[in-house]
Amino acid sequence: MDSQVKSRKSNRRRKGLHLGIQGVATLLQNANFKGFFTGKIYTGAGKKVCVPGLNCYSCPGAVGACPIGSLQNSLGGMKFRFPYYVLGLLIFFGALLGRAVCGFLCPLGFLQDLIYMIPFVKRNKFKLDRYLRYFKYAVLLGLVIILPLSIPLTPAFCKYVCPSGTIAGCMQAASNKLVRGQLGMLFNWKLIVLLIIIVSALIVWRPFCKYLCPLGAWYGFFNKVALYRMHLDPEKCTHCHACENVCKMNIDPSKNPNSMECVRCGDCVRNCPTQALTAGIGGKKEGKN
Amino acid sequence: MKFRLEKRKWAVTVALLVIGLILIAIGIDKKQEKSVMAKAVRICMECVGIG
Repeated sequence: MDSQVKSRKSNRRRKGLHLGIQGVATLLQNANFKGFFTGKIYTGAGKKVCVPGLNCYSCPGAVGACPIGSLQNSLGGMKFRFPYYVLGLLIFFGALLGRAVCGFLCPLGFLQDLIYMIPFVKRNKFKLDRYLRYFKYAVLLGLVIILPLSIPLTPAFCKYVCPSGTIAGCMQAASNKLVRGQLGMLFNWKLIVLLIIIVSALIVWRPFCKYLCPLGAWYGFFNKVALYRMHLDPEKCTHCHACENVCKMNIDPSKNPNSMECVRCGDCVRNCPTQALTAGIGGKKEGKN
Repeated sequence: MKFRLEKRKWAVTVALLVIGLILIAIGIDKKQEKSVMAKAVRICMECVGIG
């Protein structure tokens, strides 16, 4: 009994630490605090480098460039140039962390985690979920790659979907009179998309990451080989399904610990009663203590 | 068998990291970081919903 209480306390502490890392990462990527009051965006050298998570470069606080926006911009120029720089950064981040970027560093993921904490009806397992999650690959291919390549100067994902851009738009509108005066139908459409995401995030855990995020779809390809990955010790695993039951991404970590869907939230590692699951460099460092 | 698979995974990870770094270096050589910055230092009209 005593060990159960201890374990629960340790779980809570580790969950808090995870949230703390997400909070710090969000603040670091949006460290231009002055911009939130003046509405002016940061124009320093930091904007040469893409941040790993989805963080709009038009957010008044952003100190780096958005990787998805930069990729669309590079692909959709008037004259095609292979995007060596942005692709290199995306491959590097992917090989280093995989979807741990979604779990630890993405400000939008953090926002959805906070929204999900609000007490409401929660439902993560439903029939359509399995099919809907393929949609993010279509978004990556269609809106981020094909459309910008076919219609120059059209960053389709940023323009029609990206909730990070809408949040940036709201912040700009709040502090910048000029921007406020120009918002119209497109902004209303994007606001509807953002509201749908926020409302669904109350019920479903990270709906944007599960079904829409092209960056998550990209990093998912690296999950199996990323430097930070999960490891399952088959000798310790008792097939109790505790990990599968707590997984909000509907994965069975005992069968596929490095699934493309896993965002490395760490719930399975924390709840494994035999410490069969570990996460870390090469999958073997950070277990349950 | 398992050891071999792990070794191969490590090789793929290192190869991807190196490919990433090489692409970044080529991009910098082609001054592509400047075009990333040029876009990022202005308010992106599409992103904020102006169009």
